[in-house]
Amino acid sequence: MSDNSNLRILGDTPKAVSRRRFIQGVIGGGATVCSAGYLFRGSTVHGVGGTGERLISLNVNGQVRRADVMKQETLAWTLRYKLGLTGTKLGCDRAECGACTVLIDDVPHYSCSVLTHTVRGRKVLTIEGLANEDGSLHPVQQGVIDEQGFQCAFCMSGLIMATVGFLKTNPNPTRSEMAHGISGNLCRCQDYDKILTAMMRGAENMRSNHV
Amino acid sequence: MSEGNNERVYGPQYKLIGKNYATADLLAKVTGRSKYAEDFRAEGMLFCKLLLSPLPHARVKRIDAREALAMPGVRAILTADGLPAPADTLTDNGTVIKASKWGERGLTMEPVYQGEPILAVAAVDELTAAEAIEKIHIDFEPLPFVVDPLDTLRPGGPNPRTDGNIWARPAGATAPSVTELKWTDADFEEANRGRLPMGKTPDEWSYGDVEAGFRNAALVLDETFVTPDTSHQTLEPRSAMAYWQNGKVYLHSGAQSTAQTRPAIARWLNIDPEKVVFISEYTGGGFGSKITGGVTMIIPALLAKKANAPVMMRISREEETFIGRARPGFQGRMKVGFSKEGRILAVDMFVISDNGPYDGQGDAPTSGRMVSLLYQPQAMRWRGVTVLTNTPPRSAQSAPGGMQGISIIEPIVAKAARKLGLDQVAIRYINCPEGKAPYGPLVNGQMQHATSAFLKEALQRGAEKFNWTARVARSPKRIGSKVRGVGVSLSCYVGGTIGFDGLLVITPDGRVRFQSGIGNLGTESVIDVHRAGAEALGVSWEKCEVIWGDTSKNFPFTCVSGGSQTTHAMTRAAHAAAMDARQKLQEIAAKSLGGRSEDYTVANERVFRKGSAGMTLAQAAQRAIELGGKYDGHEAPNDVHKLTRASVAALAGQGLLGVAKDKYPRDGMTHSYVASFAEIEVDVETGKYYIVDFLAYADVGTVIHPRALGGQVLGRSTLGIGHAIGQKWVFDPHYGVMVSKRFHHSKPPTILDVPVNMQWEALDIPDPETPVGARGIGEPPVGGGCASVLNALSDALGDEIFRRAPVNADTILTSLEAGRPMQHPLMAHI
Repeated sequence: MSDNSNLRILGDTPKAVSRRRFIQGVIGGGATVCSAGYLFRGSTVHGVGGTGERLISLNVNGQVRRADVMKQETLAWTLRYKLGLTGTKLGCDRAECGACTVLIDDVPHYSCSVLTHTVRGRKVLTIEGLANEDGSLHPVQQGVIDEQGFQCAFCMSGLIMATVGFLKTNPNPTRSEMAHGISGNLCRCQDYDKILTAMMRGAENMRSNHV
Repeated sequence: MSEGNNERVYGPQYKLIGKNYATADLLAKVTGRSKYAEDFRAEGMLFCKLLLSPLPHARVKRIDAREALAMPGVRAILTADGLPAPADTLTDNGTVIKASKWGERGLTMEPVYQGEPILAVAAVDELTAAEAIEKIHIDFEPLPFVVDPLDTLRPGGPNPRTDGNIWARPAGATAPSVTELKWTDADFEEANRGRLPMGKTPDEWSYGDVEAGFRNAALVLDETFVTPDTSHQTLEPRSAMAYWQNGKVYLHSGAQSTAQTRPAIARWLNIDPEKVVFISEYTGGGFGSKITGGVTMIIPALLAKKANAPVMMRISREEETFIGRARPGFQGRMKVGFSKEGRILAVDMFVISDNGPYDGQGDAPTSGRMVSLLYQPQAMRWRGVTVLTNTPPRSAQSAPGGMQGISIIEPIVAKAARKLGLDQVAIRYINCPEGKAPYGPLVNGQMQHATSAFLKEALQRGAEKFNWTARVARSPKRIGSKVRGVGVSLSCYVGGTIGFDGLLVITPDGRVRFQSGIGNLGTESVIDVHRAGAEALGVSWEKCEVIWGDTSKNFPFTCVSGGSQTTHAMTRAAHAAAMDARQKLQEIAAKSLGGRSEDYTVANERVFRKGSAGMTLAQAAQRAIELGGKYDGHEAPNDVHKLTRASVAALAGQGLLGVAKDKYPRDGMTHSYVASFAEIEVDVETGKYYIVDFLAYADVGTVIHPRALGGQVLGRSTLGIGHAIGQKWVFDPHYGVMVSKRFHHSKPPTILDVPVNMQWEALDIPDPETPVGARGIGEPPVGGGCASVLNALSDALGDEIFRRAPVNADTILTSLEAGRPMQHPLMAHI
């Protein structure tokens, strides 16, 4: 490597406090310092770690998509980094924020916490698959346009997918029922009131579309 | 208004201003096509991971990276030694500001907080990079650390940085520096009584006779109050991707300014701004944490150079908590003297701001200014100290300083009203700022003043809309274990700056293109402000296009979207550019069709003489290109910024250019105001409480885009509410490490934490000191969101339950049992 010239590289000594040993100590003390679990192996890896990939078929947005997938790979990673579907966002990667919500067989799931190989034979729907093929928007997407829902919109695809899933179980919710139905999704812009108005408008759009 | 043109372009017959519409970025957002930094891919893209300090303060004695470098797939390692030397800053007026030796550089050999990046590894994939990180051995020499500001102020207390513990400006110095301050044992006597010690401070100001105010007061209250440190927690972490092409660095990241992030990157990389292209079409939240992005975005840029390949740096939620910025918590004490009518005669305010280890934040001094403006005390003294700690770096967070100051004084005003037997709205009404309201500190012996304030009206109308009187009169307050409480708060913040440039192009196809250097955070100011330009030009919005999000697309000198500047500053700039275009249209018509330019009118997408021929905008744009010179951008005005000048040169020949600096006069400093109302229901058996109703009534000048404004008024209110109902940092004081690292440890309010129908309203009274009448709104609602809920809690539970925010169920239960606040009165991060 030509790029290590400015590193101060010294021999290891028994007195060195290794980071790993420190981590062990800190874990013992009730806190952790690293963020393993957020990490992914790409398909270009050269024989480190021994985690093999397998070619599987997935049904995503009505299409059969084939991808090389590791056994520990999450659906969010497959969608974003293998299938190029970046509309699904990662806000926390630990099932806290809901930004990665997609529908699996019509049920909202945090795709950061679903292993890809478990969705074989199931229908995955992401934000990219919501509009009609002619480009016309899904009624819930239209609700957002109608009401200028959301601010930064990093939470938007997750909240829209959560709403679409919720409306399948309750097509005519009250505002309060809708709030409960989508409460697994955080919006840090805290634009909840406008989001709720937009989602209620979306529900209304859906009902009027079906008349 | 430009000379020779007395036409009224603004008035009640607005076609665009004050109207709802769907912004142009919505379709991409709603279909998932909008690209945030982590959504970009590049051929051969590597991933990098950071090695973060496990210690709150240490010296890196040695790094052994041999094993990591030997791993297949590892491409480059970057340490602090590989960072460019910090560059000095050349200001617009030619002054050189020397790079601070205490500044943050992105990587360090002396980490000053747990989680500070020490090095970064780029590899073919993320797991390889992470495995390489694990194989690096670092020998740390632990150094003394501080997580609570009071600990370092104690006699003999440890210093968070090797050369001091506070930011102060030495006499005669131009820039603040890190120095040492220790208080005495006698000062700390107060702490034994649960009151904030008030030792000497580097900063102090006062006006009026504070002691006389207290002597004449019917009631004097002296309270200690602690406000929480809260991470910004933008839902999009500060991930960044970079590559180099033809000697230029292309950097993708979120930021609160597109135009101004480019020079910031150039300074951090110590390269010419011409060599930087910054792409930021969509930013997943900022709230003050991404003003010009963050210094860590240079890490993938430098690794990309070393590895000769694009590098993506994905930041995890936990990493974001460490490097992602936070609001300084305050330990504050305030003595307030009231007349029997409730008028505030004197305020003596004392604050300690927990600054973290790096750049000094302005929260402490700002808190004094906001309290002075918002409650108009007849006399006031403010003292403050900005204390360094070994906790993650701070930055401005929505209403920096204002939120903390309002949260400290409001519970005191609420308590005073109860003691004096006054209505909560009434006591605020008589202290409310009005018109060109004065505020401290004195500048050249004079009070400063606001451009305007209509808060009295907002308070009054808000009280009516909220049915305040009926809610207060309702009894019983307690049914079973449930107790209801109502609270009201005033709130304000700076609402606008001046002096930026506007830039638009009328193209030969008759369309108008607005060049927008504003960051796209979702407040929609990136697009909304140009409605003011379109309105002034009299063009339909369908003929307009807004260009944003990429510095290679030629933007004018633009404010950063922080401090609620944008709506005010950039509607002025858009207006100025539109007026310049109008003037040019008239001149072109006169040159082409005869007569004097002032005989021509611009309306209905034409420039014409009454009862005579005219030209379409398309024809005029074509003619501008033929005429050249100032008309098509081959000449730029002398007074615009150099950034604008470069953009004008790049756009020259594309059509008629409207370009101008905002030179409209302004008397006073622009502020916006909010009256906030909350009703809560507490279950005194569980300590759990809910916000039943909430209303924010805003005084923000002319309303530009109602729905976007509503999102800001309620969204920022709810950010404030988070400080009241649960958000805070928790540290393990023994190790100096953070416990509250993830969303669920310090959870932002969810959709179930707020009423199902929140309410907002705006007065829509134009500010008289800006041609468009509009002021900013990002910050002003925050303090009111927090304080109205705190005041509703004390209405329900009494004044002796809490002396700090947030107020959690355990705060309520233990304190109700004891009849007094049970949390440690002063300690930070509990």
